Amino acid sequence: MSQRKKAVSASQNKTQRRSQLLLNESDEDATFSQITSSQVQRARENFTSDQIDRKVAEVVQFILIKDQKKIPIRRADIGKHVIKDYKHIYTDIINRVCRTFEQVFGLKLVETDPKNHIYILINKLEPIHGEPVSMRPENPKKGLLFVILSVIFMKGGVIKENLVWNTLKKLRVDPGEKHDEFGDVKKVVTDEFVRQKYLEYVKIPHTEPVEYEFRWGLRAEKEVSKLKILEFVGELFEQDPQSWTQQFREASTAGTSSQRTS
Amino acid sequence: MSRPMADSHRRFLQTMMSNGIISASQAEALHKHCCEAHGAHYVADRLDDFINVINAHLQPLFMYIRKGMSEENGLEYYALVNMTETDITRMATDYADNELELFRKTMDLIVDSESGSASSTDILNCADSLRTKKLKKKETEQVLNKFVQDKWLNEKDGEYTLSVRCVLEMEQYMRTIYQDLIKVCHVCHNIALQSQMCENPTCGIKMHLPCVAKYFRARSDPHCPSCNDFWPHEIPEMQRFQSQSSQNLPSSSKENTAPAPSRRSRRS
Repeated sequence: MSQRKKAVSASQNKTQRRSQLLLNESDEDATFSQITSSQVQRARENFTSDQIDRKVAEVVQFILIKDQKKIPIRRADIGKHVIKDYKHIYTDIINRVCRTFEQVFGLKLVETDPKNHIYILINKLEPIHGEPVSMRPENPKKGLLFVILSVIFMKGGVIKENLVWNTLKKLRVDPGEKHDEFGDVKKVVTDEFVRQKYLEYVKIPHTEPVEYEFRWGLRAEKEVSKLKILEFVGELFEQDPQSWTQQFREASTAGTSSQRTS
Repeated sequence: MSRPMADSHRRFLQTMMSNGIISASQAEALHKHCCEAHGAHYVADRLDDFINVINAHLQPLFMYIRKGMSEENGLEYYALVNMTETDITRMATDYADNELELFRKTMDLIVDSESGSASSTDILNCADSLRTKKLKKKETEQVLNKFVQDKWLNEKDGEYTLSVRCVLEMEQYMRTIYQDLIKVCHVCHNIALQSQMCENPTCGIKMHLPCVAKYFRARSDPHCPSCNDFWPHEIPEMQRFQSQSSQNLPSSSKENTAPAPSRRSRRS
C-alpha cells in the first residue's frame, strides 16, 4: 500500500508540470489507492448484486467503445464516467470485468502502464487464415504491419526508421506518396500503429537532425507469435526458420499468451 | 444454466463486433469457419442454437445478437445490438451534436412518410433549420454519406431509407419516441416503414414489401388479410427478394454489409 502511495506522490510531482486537466485526472486516480479495506466492506454491503451486475455491464460497454477506437483506457476515466459512487468496490468490479472479457469475448484486459493505470484490450484468440474475406476489414493494414514487425524482429528488436521506409519502398509502398490502399503510409505506421500499441516509435537521443527508431509495441508482444513471424520470413527466403538460430531461440521461448487453447 | 462459451463462439462474437451486422449467408459461413477453426463440433443447420449460447452470455451485459429481415431485399440479417440504448446514443461517439440532430430529423421524415423514405431535398431543408448548429449543403451531403457508410441509412436515387441495422438496433428507441405513429407489419409483426397499406380507413394495416410478395404469391385476386377489401397495390415479384446476392438486382436498394472502413476518432 505504501509503495503505491509513493508512486502516486511521485507522479503527482510530475503532473505539476503538466496541464491542469491532467493534474485533475491524476488526483482523481490517486483516490483509488487511498481506499481502506473497511470502506470496501461497507461498499459491498451497500449495493445490491443487481446494481453491481449493472455496473459491471456498464464498464464492459465503456471499455468496448473506447477499444473500438483503439484509445487506451484510463482508470481515471472509468472512475469518473462509469464507476462513480461504486469506487470503493472498484477492484471487485474490475475483476469481474476482466473475467467477462476472457470468458465471453476471448479478450484480455491488460494494464500497459501500471503507474498511470492505463488499459488496453488484446485478443486472446490467435489470428487465423481462411476467414470469409468479406469480414476482415483490417486485412491490408495487418499485412503491412506484419512486414514491419518481421523486419524489427529479424534485426534484433530495434531498428532505425530508415530501414522500415526502405523496406516498404522495395515493396512499392512509398511513405512519401499517397498509397491507393493505405493512404498516408507514414501516418498509418507512425501514428495509427503506434496509437494501437503495435509499434513503438521513439526518438533516438542526441541525434541532430532527430532520428527515430522502431520497436514492437506492447499489443504486438501480446498478440503476435514470434514463431509465426519466423515462419513467414522462412517462406519468404525459402529457408528453414531454424537457420536463424538466435531468432529461433527467442521465438521458441517467447510463447505468446494467445496460444492458449479454449 | 446456459451452455459454456468456447473459442468458436468467441471468434464468432468478435467478428460480429467488428462488422456490426452480417447477412444470414455470411453468418452460416462464419459459423462453419469458427467451429472448424477451433475443432468444435459443427452441425450445419444449428446456427440459431449456436447464437443462443452466445446470447445467454451477452444478456447480463445488455447486448444480444438479433435476427431480422431487411425491408429492402427480404433477406435475413444478424446484428449485434445494445439493449441499454433508449436513445440513439449508439451513434453518439461517432457524430457531432448537429449531425445527430439531422439523423433524428431524417428518421422523423422517414417515419412520417408513406413510402418509408426521405428525399435528399427534404433532408437538406431540415439541415437548414437545425437547433444545434446549421449544416451547409456540402456538409449535409458528407454526413449523409457517412450515415450510409456506417450502415445506418440506405440510399437509392436520392431517397434515403433506414437500413436493416438501424431498425434492428433502434427499434426500442423508435417505439418509445414514435409510439402510435409506427405501425407493425401484419405478417411478421416487426416495424414496417417501406410497406404497403390497406386503403380501407377503418383498417389501415401495413405489410412490408417482401412480406406482401410472400403473402400474395401467385394470387391473382389479392384481398386484405384483415378486412378483406381488395388490395389495390401492385404486388412485387417474389424473385426480386429471393436472390442470394442482392447485388444482382438493379431494382432493389442494396443493404450495405461491407465492413466499415476504419475511421479516425473525431475526438482525437
